[in-house]
Amino acid sequence: MAVQVRIPTIFRKFTNNQAVLEVDPGTVAAIVDQIDVRHPGFKQQVLTDAGDLHRFVNVYVNDEDARYLDKLETRVADGDTISLLPSVAGGAPRR
Amino acid sequence: MRAKSILDLIGNTPVVEVPSLSPVDDVRLWVKLEGQNPTGSVKDRVALALIHDGEATGKLTRDKTILEPTSGNTGISIAMIAALRGYRFTAVMPDNASSERVSLLRAYGADIEFSDGAKGTNGSVAMALEMAKDKAFFMPFQYGNEANVRAHFEGTGPEILKELPDVKAFVAGLGTGGTLTGVGRFLKEHDPSIKVVAAEPELGELVYGLRSLDEGYIPPIFDPEVLDGKVKVRARESIVWTRRLLRDEGIFAGISAGAVIWVAQRVAERLSGGGGADVVCLLPDGGWKYLSTEAWTQELDVAEEQVEDVLWW
Repeated sequence: MAVQVRIPTIFRKFTNNQAVLEVDPGTVAAIVDQIDVRHPGFKQQVLTDAGDLHRFVNVYVNDEDARYLDKLETRVADGDTISLLPSVAGGAPRR
Repeated sequence: MRAKSILDLIGNTPVVEVPSLSPVDDVRLWVKLEGQNPTGSVKDRVALALIHDGEATGKLTRDKTILEPTSGNTGISIAMIAALRGYRFTAVMPDNASSERVSLLRAYGADIEFSDGAKGTNGSVAMALEMAKDKAFFMPFQYGNEANVRAHFEGTGPEILKELPDVKAFVAGLGTGGTLTGVGRFLKEHDPSIKVVAAEPELGELVYGLRSLDEGYIPPIFDPEVLDGKVKVRARESIVWTRRLLRDEGIFAGISAGAVIWVAQRVAERLSGGGGADVVCLLPDGGWKYLSTEAWTQELDVAEEQVEDVLWW
């Protein structure tokens, strides 16, 4: 087991086009750091210079928006899934 | 019931219990049927408030054409009210909105400008904002107009509290944020411990893939602080629970209703063991406008694909 991180298309240019990354459990912040070690520059895309979550990036831990959990300090356990998604208005279809 | 105008029949929608959909014995799930509004969606409330506000502030005058970016429901509501009041109306919508919505808009007398479907609602918003530079248009702009929030603060919220004075949680879908912000603020002013939780669609990969972060959009009227939680829901779960609503409770609701039910079940599980609770879900529309997706009739994998191909939120 590990933590699966689902990467949306817009961030894949920072992850060698990988759609899913496997990382070790920890806080969301620690997981962003782990990914940044493997893929330098990733963190800069997801976090602001002040170290907060980018306004238009939503991080979901098992489908729940981490902003309403413990934000970047939300604990992510073995077997959990993290999804990163850009925010979109209202509704938007697939094609 | 007798009314002098169809507009007097907006709001005061029924609330009905859906016992078979509660995952726990000690939490009652209720649904507020916004599909019972005159044009069949919660947006009748919003459209009426937007047009009243435009008239009251003097921004909407006889010579203006109303313009609004809309994924369908708001447009249908505005079209109905605009026709009754004698205004022309142009809706800006993605070119892949479901065919029922397009037909309904035309039936109610609206003109339609199509935006690129691949850009989703964001594309419609951008196109309408550009068009609205022409002073011949009045754009109420539901994403940024406090009248949207007010419709729910003054209408939907008090209606819920009247029927369920001990409501412990409210769940609704996140679109413009008007419902969640208006109802949420009202309920929390009454009792800050009431939980307000958003269901949000997880859209197809291509939608997200086509946009950059600079295109991100958070509706100005949406107040994220009012929420206690936000949960994303895939089209598949939404379809499954929209079907269950019909099969087990006889409620024919639009596809986003399933997402709201799915999230409400998580909320109910968390409230369980607290001595009983009422959870109310807002179901924004009926199922009619989604029939062409075959969401109720096709094999689940096919239905999922067909739903994802249209605007289901």
